[in-house]
Amino acid sequence: MNQDSQERHQAYWRANTKLIITLLLIWAFVSLGCGILLVPVLNNISLGNVPLGFWFAQQGSIYVFVILIFVYAHQMDKLDRKYNINRRD
Amino acid sequence: MSVEVWTTIFVLISFILYLYIGWSSRVRDSKGFYVAGQGVPSLANGAATAADWMSAASFISMAGLISFLGYDGSIYLMGWTGGYVLLALLLAPYLRKFGKYTVPDFVGDRYYSNIARLVAVVAAIFVSLTYVAGQMRGVGIVFSRFLQVNIETGVVIGMVIVGFFAVLGGMKGITWTQVAQYVVLIFAFLIPAIAISLLLTGNPIPQVSFPFGDIIPKLNQIQTDLGFQEYTQPFVNKSMLDVLFITIALMVGTAGLPHVIVRFYTVPDVRAARYSAGWALLFIALLYTTAPALASFARYNLITTLHDQPIQEVRQLDWANKWEQTGLLAFDDKNQDGRFQLTPDPETNEITIDRDIIVLSTPEVAKLAPWVIALVAAGGLAAALSTASGLLLVISSSVAHDVYYRMINPGASESLRVMVGRIMVGFAIAIAGYFGVNPPGFVAQVVAFAFGLAAASFFPVIILGVFDKRTNREGAIAGMIVGLAFTMFYILGVKFYNMEPWFFGVSAEGIGTLGMILNFIVTFGVSRVTPPPPESVQRLVEELRTPGDEPPAIEEVGEEYLD
Repeated sequence: MNQDSQERHQAYWRANTKLIITLLLIWAFVSLGCGILLVPVLNNISLGNVPLGFWFAQQGSIYVFVILIFVYAHQMDKLDRKYNINRRD
Repeated sequence: MSVEVWTTIFVLISFILYLYIGWSSRVRDSKGFYVAGQGVPSLANGAATAADWMSAASFISMAGLISFLGYDGSIYLMGWTGGYVLLALLLAPYLRKFGKYTVPDFVGDRYYSNIARLVAVVAAIFVSLTYVAGQMRGVGIVFSRFLQVNIETGVVIGMVIVGFFAVLGGMKGITWTQVAQYVVLIFAFLIPAIAISLLLTGNPIPQVSFPFGDIIPKLNQIQTDLGFQEYTQPFVNKSMLDVLFITIALMVGTAGLPHVIVRFYTVPDVRAARYSAGWALLFIALLYTTAPALASFARYNLITTLHDQPIQEVRQLDWANKWEQTGLLAFDDKNQDGRFQLTPDPETNEITIDRDIIVLSTPEVAKLAPWVIALVAAGGLAAALSTASGLLLVISSSVAHDVYYRMINPGASESLRVMVGRIMVGFAIAIAGYFGVNPPGFVAQVVAFAFGLAAASFFPVIILGVFDKRTNREGAIAGMIVGLAFTMFYILGVKFYNMEPWFFGVSAEGIGTLGMILNFIVTFGVSRVTPPPPESVQRLVEELRTPGDEPPAIEEVGEEYLD
């Protein structure tokens, strides 16, 4: 592995870990935060006919989970291209 | 036509379909047998993962659990879906890049140690065996309730079906039958849920009618009137800290379960692994966002149908009589007023409902057509069989691949390896069947084990194996042993020896979270004070971090890549 390619790889890895940390913070916020720790507060607000904290715990967080994974896959496609990480397709 | 006739037809058709798929995807080489030739498209792998993951417990028991626990049931909803985010971001892409066949493969190679490999093998077998016993039991229950055959016969029929496609087709056969089983189980779950949603709220989409319909406020009112806590009231049965710990343990445990992880070895490349985790969770979310709606609707419906109704009317309900015969529904007019009352006090309560009947009885309670009831039976079987087959392959590959090929006889020929794999699948099925017929009394209790142990053993060493180059053999072995030993000690103590849950009241189900944290600390700490891993292993980690920089191995080059 030459110098240039090594630097490119390290930059790619840094960008990847930064993206992972950002997405995991959102993941923890909606599930552990809105779904558990903040429930007593959020339940004072209603979504339709159900308390908001309850909704986050039973449906809302799951929607966010699905979105997070597709966002990650899509952003990684961009990083793969940007740092010219060869793919077999 | 009666429910029994419909059920027989549906079950037969679905079984013939599984057998046909199993026959047409039979394999001869070890790569096909263990990782489906690494040629499964990401969408198909998503569906297969969803079926693999959603067990008899998800299909039959979860909505029932939620309907009894109310808010506190959210631990299962978030816990069993949130793990996929961890899988997609932290594990799946790197394990796919690693490209071998099993989880112990990764642990053994990354930590250049057969001891680490062996610890991983033992954990994988234990976790999977615990899990599979429950699946075969689920098959037996569905057979006995809907087809009136006895549980033993049901288990044997299930064993034959799973055995056929798993022995012949290995991972490839399992994958494509799981895709079919996903389709069966999701229709079976959604159709009754949509019907009951339409019936109670006038809106057919459970994801919409749950927050915007009026059932939750009505249910809260009824619960309060009967003396229960409101349905949406948080932390009724469990403290906030316990809910937090259990949810994390289930999330991390999900991400560490070997039968889920190996599914990501079967896709063509790293990119497909990322997307297939997304598809998997999307397919799972279809059921998991429907379940809370079904749980509350079914509870509302059951209470209004049964509570304070005259005995003669209840006795005329065909489904109530049938469930009463199974012992899962019980009535007792204690105060002799000619009506049955549901109350929170066991002294005065006259209606006992087992949580397992919530999903299975919903179509009947909601007076849906007989074919819908039959479809639910076929769906329950699909859920149990798909999970069982995935688990059986993990058990088989742990012995045949990790122990026999990697440790005992590395010179084994291709055909010998596949043959040992097939024999081990057969062997694993026999054990699973035995546990299905003679369920050990502790099955329900040891399920906490599967997640706790997966969380406390695999998850930290895999993550650190990819994200921390300095983590070495000594750290990983010490971490896995400390994590496993602590979690086992706590669960065994609390479940069997009346130990006080001394860690701030955290229950056995949630202690895996602490085990995982201990594993992380020990692995990290021990690695820092012992020699760094060899140069070759550090290069391996570098390679794992980049999706496809070097040319694929020769046998992986299909025609589509040679342009």
